[in-house]
Amino acid sequence: MNPSHKELRRVVRVANGQGFWGDDREAPVRQIEGGAIDYLTLDYLAEVTMSIMRRMKDRNPDTGYATDFVPLMERIFPECASRGVTVIANAGGVNPAGCARAVADAAARAGTRARVALVRGDDIADRLEEITSSGHTLSHMENGEPLTTVLDRVRCANVYLGAAPVVEALARLDAQRDASREGAASKAKVVVTGRVADASLTVAPLVHEFGWSMRRFDLLGAATVAGHVLECGAQATGGNCMHTWWEIPDLAAVGFPIVEAGADGGITVTKHVGSGGRVDRATVTEQILYEIGDPAAYATPDVIADFTGLSLESDGPDRVRVRGAGGRSRPERLKVSIGVASGWRATGTMTYAWPDAALKARAAARLLGRRLDRLGLGFNETRAELVGWDSALGPLSGPPPPDLPEVELRFGVRSESRAAVERFSREIAPLVLTGPPSATGYLGGRPRVQEVIAFWPALIDRDMVEPFVTVDVVEV
Amino acid sequence: MAKLRLVHLAHARSGDKGDTANIGVIAYRSEDYDLLARELTASRVENHLAPFGIGDVERFELPGLSAFNFLVRNALAGGGTVSLRTDSQGKVLSNALLRMKIDVPDEVAMERAGKGYAPVGPETEGSP
Repeated sequence: MNPSHKELRRVVRVANGQGFWGDDREAPVRQIEGGAIDYLTLDYLAEVTMSIMRRMKDRNPDTGYATDFVPLMERIFPECASRGVTVIANAGGVNPAGCARAVADAAARAGTRARVALVRGDDIADRLEEITSSGHTLSHMENGEPLTTVLDRVRCANVYLGAAPVVEALARLDAQRDASREGAASKAKVVVTGRVADASLTVAPLVHEFGWSMRRFDLLGAATVAGHVLECGAQATGGNCMHTWWEIPDLAAVGFPIVEAGADGGITVTKHVGSGGRVDRATVTEQILYEIGDPAAYATPDVIADFTGLSLESDGPDRVRVRGAGGRSRPERLKVSIGVASGWRATGTMTYAWPDAALKARAAARLLGRRLDRLGLGFNETRAELVGWDSALGPLSGPPPPDLPEVELRFGVRSESRAAVERFSREIAPLVLTGPPSATGYLGGRPRVQEVIAFWPALIDRDMVEPFVTVDVVEV
Repeated sequence: MAKLRLVHLAHARSGDKGDTANIGVIAYRSEDYDLLARELTASRVENHLAPFGIGDVERFELPGLSAFNFLVRNALAGGGTVSLRTDSQGKVLSNALLRMKIDVPDEVAMERAGKGYAPVGPETEGSP
């Protein structure tokens, strides 16, 4: 830590350039080039993502991370160095070390001198037997079942780490700058992590810049609100916003969110001037409410934040001030997300045309169900929906009108038997010639058979995890 | 009194946590917050969404945002990766809630009819 350097900083600008793996690929570039920012956070991980990455790594041990992060960094490395933007990304997935190596190679290819910090220790998949046999049950948070009942089917197990190891990584990236001085100021800085809680990617640079104590739960609460607003990218700047959605300008070039934070925990949400989208009370409120539970207890590894006193105030065009965040303590234990292999699934579709489109689609679904019964395939679940009628609002859609121009039958199955699901996947196309009339739109090929990974949320003692967390820095 | 769909008074966003969905509901006008607090009780929301086969509903209040958060348990037929539903993550469960009809004074019903929908114009009229 270098207090004199920290205290000079009045406002720190943290931008988000990715809300999930597969988000707008140009967004990080727009965030770097569109104006001044200090940090670019990229949030690649969701529960499903970890299991996909696990499968990739099983096939090729050099993968298992957000592979598109590497060409992205190769593209933006020179600008990150010249503009002094530090990138923090949980792109590491289930192979953060492999990801950091690939990023270091990308810096070399880009001709940029860089420091890459690597945070590891979230992945406990290889330690589960030791952990569960030493009295830690990792029981399912919703139904209480102990993990030992499914241990042989676990595909991945990652603990949500907090800001602390990222703060340490940032301190070491800066310490090396102080040690080596000359020329080093123009080195690009990157922190690569595995499963770090989404909001903690934002909390970390604020703690680092302002020198906050990790016991200042009020400030960590405010920073967590900032991180929560940022973590889903353009969902805070007009994307997926219901409020007068038809008036939101230029979503084609939507500006991703930026938080301007002060040392006192003051938070303003904005986006680059001239970018598309909108930042106002409606867009920010929708994101504040997104995927929260009890708003008085929004728990991350860093803090139990309190959203109940939040209020928003317009601070000029596309600027919203967030006030009233609270925080009182931090959770005693950490959350683990465990992916458990749980069978197979496939979904097939067929389109039916007017007249009586919905009746035809339902008749086809009944006929398909009888064929599957006669084949003696055991399914845990089958489901028929009519896309264009009831696939979104379900039972609240009511009976379909006879004059619907068309509907798409969407028929899904799930089974512990892969063979049963494979067989189902060959039963859709025959409907064209053997079922109700007016069927079309079957040229997409057979439905894809996918493995089902169920998610097993559990809690784990900090001392089973935190001593194993490491931070390494490589220079390029 | 008149019946008005919630869509004319509030906007909403929903998502998932395991098999639980959350629906954030935000009043278009802060002066409607008390009306919504009275009409949009957890048990009425639970009744409205009951055809989905949900569990219990819990309501939380965020008065500074003119908003409520509803937690809907067992809402997603097993949760994001397991459920065979199109809406396996409850992304449009918010829209299902906005169809709920609530009691409002006649003058509110008259004034708000149409609010929450895109105005009809060249982009929204559709083809003949």
